[in-house]
Amino acid sequence: MNLLSVSNLHVNFHMKEQELAALIDVSFTLNRGERIAIVGESGAGKSILGFSIVNLIGKPGYIKSGSIKLESKEITKMNLRQLQEVRGKRIAMIFQDPMMTLNPVLTIGDQLVETIRSHTKISYKDARNIAIEKLHHVQIASPEKRFNQYPHELSGGMRQRVIIASVLLLNPDIIIADEPTTALDVTIQAEILQLLLTICRDNGVALVLISHDLGVVSKVAERTLVMYAGHVVEEGPTLEIINDPQHPYTQGLLNALPQMTLPGQRLNQIQGSMPSLAERPTGCAFHPRCPYATQKCRQEQPKFIYSGVSSVACFLVEDMLNEFANNDKEIS
Amino acid sequence: MPIPLIQISGLEKAFSSNESWLSQWRFRHGKFKKHKDSIHALNGVNLTIHQGETLCVVGETGCGKSTLARVIMGLTTPSAGEIHYLDQRIDQLNNRQRMFFRRRMQMVFQNPYASLNPRMTVYQTLSEPISFHNPQLSQSQVDEKIDALLESVGISALSSDRYPHEFSGGQRQRISLARALSVEPDFIVADEPLSALDVSVQAQVLNLMMDKQEERNLSYLFITHDLAVVEHFATRVAVMYLGRICELAPTETLFQSPKHPYTQALLSAIPRLDSNTAQPIRLIGEVPTPTEKPIGCVFQARCPYANQRCYETSPPMTLQSDGSSVACHAIEEGRL
Repeated sequence: MNLLSVSNLHVNFHMKEQELAALIDVSFTLNRGERIAIVGESGAGKSILGFSIVNLIGKPGYIKSGSIKLESKEITKMNLRQLQEVRGKRIAMIFQDPMMTLNPVLTIGDQLVETIRSHTKISYKDARNIAIEKLHHVQIASPEKRFNQYPHELSGGMRQRVIIASVLLLNPDIIIADEPTTALDVTIQAEILQLLLTICRDNGVALVLISHDLGVVSKVAERTLVMYAGHVVEEGPTLEIINDPQHPYTQGLLNALPQMTLPGQRLNQIQGSMPSLAERPTGCAFHPRCPYATQKCRQEQPKFIYSGVSSVACFLVEDMLNEFANNDKEIS
Repeated sequence: MPIPLIQISGLEKAFSSNESWLSQWRFRHGKFKKHKDSIHALNGVNLTIHQGETLCVVGETGCGKSTLARVIMGLTTPSAGEIHYLDQRIDQLNNRQRMFFRRRMQMVFQNPYASLNPRMTVYQTLSEPISFHNPQLSQSQVDEKIDALLESVGISALSSDRYPHEFSGGQRQRISLARALSVEPDFIVADEPLSALDVSVQAQVLNLMMDKQEERNLSYLFITHDLAVVEHFATRVAVMYLGRICELAPTETLFQSPKHPYTQALLSAIPRLDSNTAQPIRLIGEVPTPTEKPIGCVFQARCPYANQRCYETSPPMTLQSDGSSVACHAIEEGRL
């Protein structure tokens, strides 16, 4: 059985004048110990997807339909008590900005101990030992000293390590990391990614990495979902997606990276920008920016199909596949 | 022969970290003693920016990149050192004298959400510098100029009555660039202009910056920590660490054969798409806060090759055979 399976998830925002759809028909599965990445520009719905997995979407957003199953338990139907059992203990989350995640008026130690003791009944002393062990685990030097320090006394990379330690306290099955290295420098980013990777590998923890940096994703994730305007537009093994992107949006994202053009030449930009939720175009949401858009793309929403490399929602790929199939028929 | 536009020599900047008079007193060994902490952000920077080139400054948070930009622009005064624009010294000017240079040098800031005034329409934002620096222009001439400017950065002139919040991040950064270009400068300092933007939008802004450079023979001082952008965009790269430049080289040379141990570590940490890149060189610890003026090499605490000499004397910038300059004792002694 899959550890986590999200199927046909729709998330809406209930605004004064209209209903805005933030996620449309999103499905994916996650196996035990698997590392997947969710990629897309800002506004694609990556973070909303991350939040909805633990049912953390606040008003005016709500899960309209679809199911999120953790093994056999349905997360969308849980009450607050059941959710608290899942959050942190089964599914833990790492947020983008380590300064915002840690409470500035409590010491690192207090926050870690509080996390353990709110989920399990153990003494302060035992909790402290676990906390220090985990701090040691994330390669923080002199954890006993750090235990009594406040977040502002630590650097950005150190804070993100503390957060990873706090996530590990309850031995979760899944870690959702929402842009965990965006606020950090390259050298620190490399260290934190390496740390996340080894922790997931060693403990068999599944990872959902939300990122807009395809370079980061290629280092960590086995499978990648590309999102655009609330839809998953492409899904497949990370290496395949990077080496042979099928969807024009994925191609555009990859081609826009500075590494993909010779130094000094113009970069290949994707024209235009991501539409806001209220201005989502009809048909394939990507068609106004797509160089290959046809009349069909403007009117109909493409279905998700398997192309042999990855699963793609694009008429261009669909037509190509149909053509191949017809050719095969003619030959035989 | 490239013409030097900006020349910086021996630039230092220290910020005092406790401003109030009372907090400067410390009680130690039974006595009150006056003690002033200061952060040494720049510790002797020498740099030349040539006309029409893009000089990228890279380094980690806290290495003094942004301070360097602000000191060059005259937004903060240096503690020591000199800055020359062509042949004029500009670091000790008063506001009135600086006026002329403000027109010649402009800045684009990191966060386009914060650097545009939310209460001013795009028209107001752009017309202010134009009519201030060109009082002889008539209203219609100013209008004409603004329309041309907006079109040139790819924003419809019809939207000049809109406010910053009505634009996306990329559009806002293009408006910031239009504002910088409005007074026709020949030198632009861009302090991490892309870090708040998505990859595809980054490409738009970067393309625009390159186009403008070609059109107007602009010189850029481009501050960033994104090395992929640097490789693409820079003519020369300066690697900064704790307020000093440790390597300065033409882009291609730097990326092909990084010399300074810090540069090597920095380059190996870039997340690349191809999967067969080497393991990143791990640096021990993080950038220390320079409360004391560093003695010896600034990188000594994290350098795997540091020896006694590195702790005692600061290495000078030495020119290498391939055109790069490196400040490192280990290279000089042939240990590396």
